[in-house]
Amino acid sequence: MSVTDQTVASGRGKVRAGRPGAVWALPAVLFFTFFAVVPMALAFYLSFTKWDGLGDPKPVGLANWQKLLDDPRLTQSLTLTVLLTAASWAFQTVVALLLGVWAAGRQRNRAVLSAIFFVPFLLSSTAISVLFYALLDPNFGIIQKDTLGSSSGAFLAIVFVGGWQFIPFHTLIYQGGARQIPQVLYQAAAIDGAGRYRQFFSITLPQLRHTITTSTVLIVVGSLTYFETVLILTKGGPGTDTAILPYLMYEAGFKTYDFGYASAIASALVLAATGLSLVLIRLTGFGGMRSTREGM
Amino acid sequence: MSHDTLPRPTTADKRPEQPGRRPSGRRRRHWSRRANPLAGLGSIVWLVIVLVPIYAMLSASLTGPDKALTGNPLKPPTDPTLDNYNTVLNSGFWHLLSNTVIVAVTVVGIVLVLCVPLAYVAVRTRTRWSGAAFRLFLLGVAIPAQAVVVPLYLLIAKLDLYDSLLAVILPTAAFAMPVSVLVLTGTLRDISEDLYEAMALDGASPMRMLFQLTIPLAKGGISTVVIYAALQAWNGFLFPLIFTQSDEPRVLTLGLFNYVSQFGVNIPALLASVVLSGIPIFAVYLVARRALIGGLMGVGGK
Repeated sequence: MSVTDQTVASGRGKVRAGRPGAVWALPAVLFFTFFAVVPMALAFYLSFTKWDGLGDPKPVGLANWQKLLDDPRLTQSLTLTVLLTAASWAFQTVVALLLGVWAAGRQRNRAVLSAIFFVPFLLSSTAISVLFYALLDPNFGIIQKDTLGSSSGAFLAIVFVGGWQFIPFHTLIYQGGARQIPQVLYQAAAIDGAGRYRQFFSITLPQLRHTITTSTVLIVVGSLTYFETVLILTKGGPGTDTAILPYLMYEAGFKTYDFGYASAIASALVLAATGLSLVLIRLTGFGGMRSTREGM
Repeated sequence: MSHDTLPRPTTADKRPEQPGRRPSGRRRRHWSRRANPLAGLGSIVWLVIVLVPIYAMLSASLTGPDKALTGNPLKPPTDPTLDNYNTVLNSGFWHLLSNTVIVAVTVVGIVLVLCVPLAYVAVRTRTRWSGAAFRLFLLGVAIPAQAVVVPLYLLIAKLDLYDSLLAVILPTAAFAMPVSVLVLTGTLRDISEDLYEAMALDGASPMRMLFQLTIPLAKGGISTVVIYAALQAWNGFLFPLIFTQSDEPRVLTLGLFNYVSQFGVNIPALLASVVLSGIPIFAVYLVARRALIGGLMGVGGK
C-alpha cells in the first residue's frame, strides 16, 4: 500500500495520487493460482507418478509417457482430433463468416433472425448433446437410421452438433468484425466498378483476417475439448472411433482409476492445444497483421 | 452471401451493368437496404437448421408416451400433453435447479469480488506486480479445464470438499476469471483519467474511487461478466461430473446426463427435461440480450 503513497511525491504527483496498491490484486491471484495454475503444474508432475485416487501418488518415471506412446488409441485419437478440428473449422468458419457478414447489415429482419440464430448457444453442451442424442435415435429420431452406430455417422454428428452450438457465437464475432470495416473501402471499390463478390473477396475477407484468426483459435482449442458431446452422443464409439483425447483421459482416470496415465494424456492435451494455437498464430501471420488497416 | 453493406455509386457510371443488379431506377436506395438474394437464401437455410431441432424437441416433449415410439418427431403431436413435464418436475428437477442457482450466484459473487479489484489495480497502477498479475490471467485463458481435472480432483479430495457444491463452485469460479479479467480491464481502461484526478484532488481514497467512480462507470463490463460467469456456472458439466457423486450436490447439467439413462426409451420426457433446463437461461437472455451480445461481440472485433 505504501508504494502508491510514495508516488505522490514524484513529478506528476497529483495525477498519481490515490492509486490502489497492488495488494488489492492478491486475493484474485492467489485464488486463480491455487485452482488453475498449480493444478496445471501438478498435472505434469502426476504424469510421472502412479496414483489410483487413494493414498499418495508414487513416482514411476517415464512409465506413463512410454505407455501413452505405445497406446494404439493415441495415434487414432490424434488423427481423429486433427480430422475433427479440420472439419469443425471448415463448417463453423464458412457458415459463421457468411452469416456474420450478412448480419452486420441493418435491416429489421436481420435483427430478428440474428436473435433466433443465437438461441442454440444458450443451451448447454449437455442439453444440446442430449437433444441430438434423442433426435438421432434410430427408432425415434428425425433420421430413422443408426447414425451414431456408424463410424462416419458418429463423426459427422459430432461435427454438426458442435457447429450447431458454436456457430451462433462465431457469427456474433464476425458480425462485430464486419461492422468495423470502414464503409469508405466499399464506396471506393464500388466507384472502381468492383462487384459484390469481388468486394467480398478483396475487402471483406482481408479486413476480417484478425477476426478469422481469433475465431479459428477458439474453434481449434474448443474442438479439442468436445467432451460432453462425445460422452453423451457416442461414448467414444463405435469402438474407439470418436475417442478424443479428453475422453481417453476421462476413461483412464475416472473409469479405470489410473490417474498417472490420465495425467500424461492431459499433459499431451495441453501440449497439443498450445502447439496448435502457436502454429495457427504463426501461419496466419497474427504478428504481421497491422498493415491491413493502412490506406484507409 | 457477400458483404451486404456495400455501397453503390449513386451517379450513373459508364460501366456495363453487372448481371443480377437491379434496374438503375432503384439505384437511389440506400446501399444497406439492398437485397442480396443468395445471402437471404443462405440465412433461411440456416434458420431451418436452427429451428427444426428446436421444433422437434418442443413437439416431441408434448407427445404422450404411447405415441412416442411410433411417430416421427417432426409431426405435430395429435393430443398435446404436459405429462412429460410433470414426470421431469417430479424427478427431483427443483432440487437440481436450486443447486444450479446456488452455484451460479456464488460463482458470480466470487468472480466479481476477486476480479473487479484486480482489474482496477491492473488499470490504475503501473507497477511490475500488477502487470505480472494481469499477464497471469492472460495466460490462463489458454488452460483447458480438461487438462487440470485430475490434479484438481486431488486438491479437492485433500481439502475434504469432494461431493459438495463448493467442489463445483471454486474451480468453476477460477476458470471463469481469465475472460472476466480481460473484459473488466477493457471496460475500466475507458474511464477517463481526469475523473480520477478530480476525485484525487478531493482527497478520495482508492477505495472510495472504486465504489463511487469505477464501479458505477463500469456497469456495462460488469454486467457482461455477470452473464458470462453465470453461463459458465449454469452450463458447466465436467467439474460437477468429476467432483460430485451423490444426489445432494447434483446440478442441472449432471441431472440431464443422468436422465439419459434414467428415462431410457422415454425420449419425450428426456426432451422435456432439456426444455425445462433451457427456460431459465432463455428468460435471462430475453432480459439481458444487449449486455450479453454486446460483450461477446467485442471478442473478435477490431
